[in-house]
Amino acid sequence: MYLSVTGLAKQFGDLQVLKDINFSIEKGQVISIIGPSGSGKTTLLRCLNALEIPDNGIFQFEDGFTLDFTKKQKKQDLLRLRRKSGMVFQSYNLFPHKTAIENVMEGPLIVQKRDRKEVLNLAKSLLKKVGLEDKINLYPYQLSGGQQQRVGIARALAMEPELMLFDEPTSALDPELVGEVLKVIKDLAKDNWTMVIVTHEIQFAYQVSDKVVFMDGGYIVEQGTPDEVIKNPQVDRTKQFLHRILNPA
Amino acid sequence: MYPLNNVLFTITGQTEGWELFINSLVPMLTGTIKATIPLAIISFIIGLIIALLTAMMRISKSPFLTIPATFYVSAIRGTPLLVQLFIIFYGMPTLDITFDPYPAAIIAFSLNVGAYASEIIRGSILSIPKGQWEAAATIGMTKTMALRRIILPQATRVSVPPLSNTFISLVKDTSLASQILVVELFRKSQEIAAVTYDFLLLYVEAALIYWVICFILSMIQSRLEKRLERYTAR
Repeated sequence: MYLSVTGLAKQFGDLQVLKDINFSIEKGQVISIIGPSGSGKTTLLRCLNALEIPDNGIFQFEDGFTLDFTKKQKKQDLLRLRRKSGMVFQSYNLFPHKTAIENVMEGPLIVQKRDRKEVLNLAKSLLKKVGLEDKINLYPYQLSGGQQQRVGIARALAMEPELMLFDEPTSALDPELVGEVLKVIKDLAKDNWTMVIVTHEIQFAYQVSDKVVFMDGGYIVEQGTPDEVIKNPQVDRTKQFLHRILNPA
Repeated sequence: MYPLNNVLFTITGQTEGWELFINSLVPMLTGTIKATIPLAIISFIIGLIIALLTAMMRISKSPFLTIPATFYVSAIRGTPLLVQLFIIFYGMPTLDITFDPYPAAIIAFSLNVGAYASEIIRGSILSIPKGQWEAAATIGMTKTMALRRIILPQATRVSVPPLSNTFISLVKDTSLASQILVVELFRKSQEIAAVTYDFLLLYVEAALIYWVICFILSMIQSRLEKRLERYTAR
């Protein structure tokens, strides 16, 4: 088991966004988190790299690293947690003052302080992997949404994280650009990356995932294989949600 | 058409108006180059450093940092620059702290710029979307790294127009240093006027020199803005 999460809880003011979340991630596993807006799925993802600090819960990694959020955390531990994962944002969040390749190089060069030549080659190969080898010197504003998001993926991969987190990576895209981003994520799944994906693309979640988690109201309502959760849901709330999302009209 | 000399004659009542204009140009430009410009540049640089620190203090969550910073900005912005200059130059000696005119002026102007520019810098840092901090964090950056590599370069672009205004104001405000015996452009014109009584000619001449400097600065500003905007869509 790569990571086990137990008793995760998070509150914003009076609003309890996550209530006693328990789940685990295996190495090389692709997990999709689905559910209605406001169900807590994005918050769950953001807790995994401490963009939100959980109020409660324990993270246990297979390498023995443990974070107990019932106690006060050291800054050092939060940084260590964060450096285990890479994140892809709904709104890309590329650095607008840097070109595509500079965006990808920034982490390895500045944070990991690796050799510039080596990093340049790494960045080139990653941008090639996401199909942007001819766009490396363009600034974000010169790229389409789909291209920006693929740079965002390459930027996260460049840190060679153990875990990749995707926060609704296609929600801000024009429908015709969704495919190119999903294809890149599928390729990563084939390469055995460990990934957690928050998504509204049920069809995609079904195809790419090893495990699907359905959340509602701050709880995990149902989790299991795509066939179990998407094709054959057991809980009424899951059935309702899937019915509505698969038959929108 | 009247020749310029006649116009100057009507203004100054002197036939040698034009000559005086030319002759006083040398000492006034000397004052500009020796005092006005270095005073403005040095104070602006020190002021920017103070401003960045103050901005960071005000953004922080610790009251031990925010309260002194807020107090400083309020005190400087709430009192006239001329009074600040007088307190430092004429007032401090009472406490046995004595400054020469030039250092006294630099202290006063730096503190002044520091307060005004800190608000500009604070505003431009806060104007950068939160997602930029988060993206920096997810590639493992500490807050300091994120500030230096990601946030400040973008905030710089936002703050160039208002900071240029601050600098242009500062260039003109250095004329107040004449009141604490710094021999800069305006004091030179006062000194010459005291002898020749050509107040209008000499003060208009001083005004023209300030205007030319500020005009050049505005041109530099728009070039700088263009350069910094190269990565934004228009």
